Amino acid sequence: MLCRRVIPCLDVADGRVVKGTRFIDLVDEGDPPELAERYAREGADEIVFLDIGAAPERRGTLLDIVERTARRAFIPLTVGGGVRSVPEMRDVLRAGADKVSLNTAAVADPALIDACAARFGQQAVVVAIDARRTGTGSWEVVVEGGRTATGLDAVTWAEQAVERGAGELLVTSIDRDGTGSGFDTVLLRAIADRVLVPVIASGGAAGPADFVAAVRDGGADAVLAASIFHRRVHSIAAVKVAMAAAGLPVRRTPGMAA
Amino acid sequence: MSDDGGVPRIAVVDYGAGNLVSIDQALSQVGARVTVARDADGLRDADALIVPGVGAAGPAMARLDGRGLTEPIRAWIAADRPFLGICLGLQLLFERSDEDGATTLGVIPGRAVRLDGAPTLPHIGWNQVDRRREHPLFDGIRDGADAYFVHSYAGAPEPSVADELVLATTDHGARFVSAVARGSMLGVQFHPERSGDDGLRLLANFVTIVRRAPTAALWAA
Repeated sequence: MLCRRVIPCLDVADGRVVKGTRFIDLVDEGDPPELAERYAREGADEIVFLDIGAAPERRGTLLDIVERTARRAFIPLTVGGGVRSVPEMRDVLRAGADKVSLNTAAVADPALIDACAARFGQQAVVVAIDARRTGTGSWEVVVEGGRTATGLDAVTWAEQAVERGAGELLVTSIDRDGTGSGFDTVLLRAIADRVLVPVIASGGAAGPADFVAAVRDGGADAVLAASIFHRRVHSIAAVKVAMAAAGLPVRRTPGMAA
Repeated sequence: MSDDGGVPRIAVVDYGAGNLVSIDQALSQVGARVTVARDADGLRDADALIVPGVGAAGPAMARLDGRGLTEPIRAWIAADRPFLGICLGLQLLFERSDEDGATTLGVIPGRAVRLDGAPTLPHIGWNQVDRRREHPLFDGIRDGADAYFVHSYAGAPEPSVADELVLATTDHGARFVSAVARGSMLGVQFHPERSGDDGLRLLANFVTIVRRAPTAALWAA
């Protein structure tokens, strides 16, 4: 049976891992390849890099980080942040990424999803959706790190992205991100029930029980978190122990009792 | 081996899509020397051939054809030289793919079919590789070990050849073939280069199989 994945996310700015609350107040948390290797050793099922930097040389810095990581950690690597074209996606894959996550660029030009899926296959295209609750019980897509509202309904956009060739959806609740108040399982469920592709839950993890809820209540296939792992609040093994105890299939990891 | 005291040279076919860094690094780490083959010349002096790859069969075949690699790969397998197909590289061994109707290499009777009844598609993540029989490719790897998969199609061999061909199966809504072997031709539907320590072990086992096989020099003779 397919295991539910636990995925540490490394927000990368100008060559360093950072984490902020709601994408602001960034704090330096380490060297990306070094952290990725540590997580691979500790049982991460996959690594996600999100490049949130703004420096002009960010592209070259990112490709270097991707290649150094691919040479140290033998688990899948997804890279997002600022990929706007098929050639940019090609460069990231050739540097050693397995998947590329599209966000703002896909909202601005949805045909980018079709073009990337046609060239590299659906399985290499993750569409990241940052969603914010509206007052009317739905969710609106926001872009540019949560700063810009689009007017798009998040569930509708999720369905469109999959129709165009997204092989996976990375769904972040901007309301919950960095707050430690748990995943938005209602949002996750609304999307997971409408699509066949795997949904990765993001935004709001505080403890192992939140991971269980994202899968059981939200229907997520994988669960992503950043600061609780970086700051060693919880280990990957502890999260997997809780998921296994709740009857969810997980890949056995060092530090889990046999 | 072709040179430098028993380090096998493995040619990895590059047909323009995707990540070759991981497979290069993983093979180097388990004692192979990797050359990237972009055309038939790239296969010269190689002791073994790996066809990796993800994506759709049609464009992949078009790129192999465009680089003059289709016939050399068929000839390589026909001569029973060491071969490992990974993911799409395994699916291409069949006669055709339902994905886009592409005619593929045709060295295994059967076709690549969409995963039936899958709860999620693509099938992305870690799943158990359950063995049907023992093989040196899996030496030291626990039966039912988790491996990393990323695909929507899988090879379905004709029933007449399935028993001798299938090494392992995996369940995602229904059983599909996750590893095959026929002589020196091997194929896995998962990504050993992305499957942690067990994946590295499988690639090390492949390198051992290559070391024991007749050398490139002998084939050339």
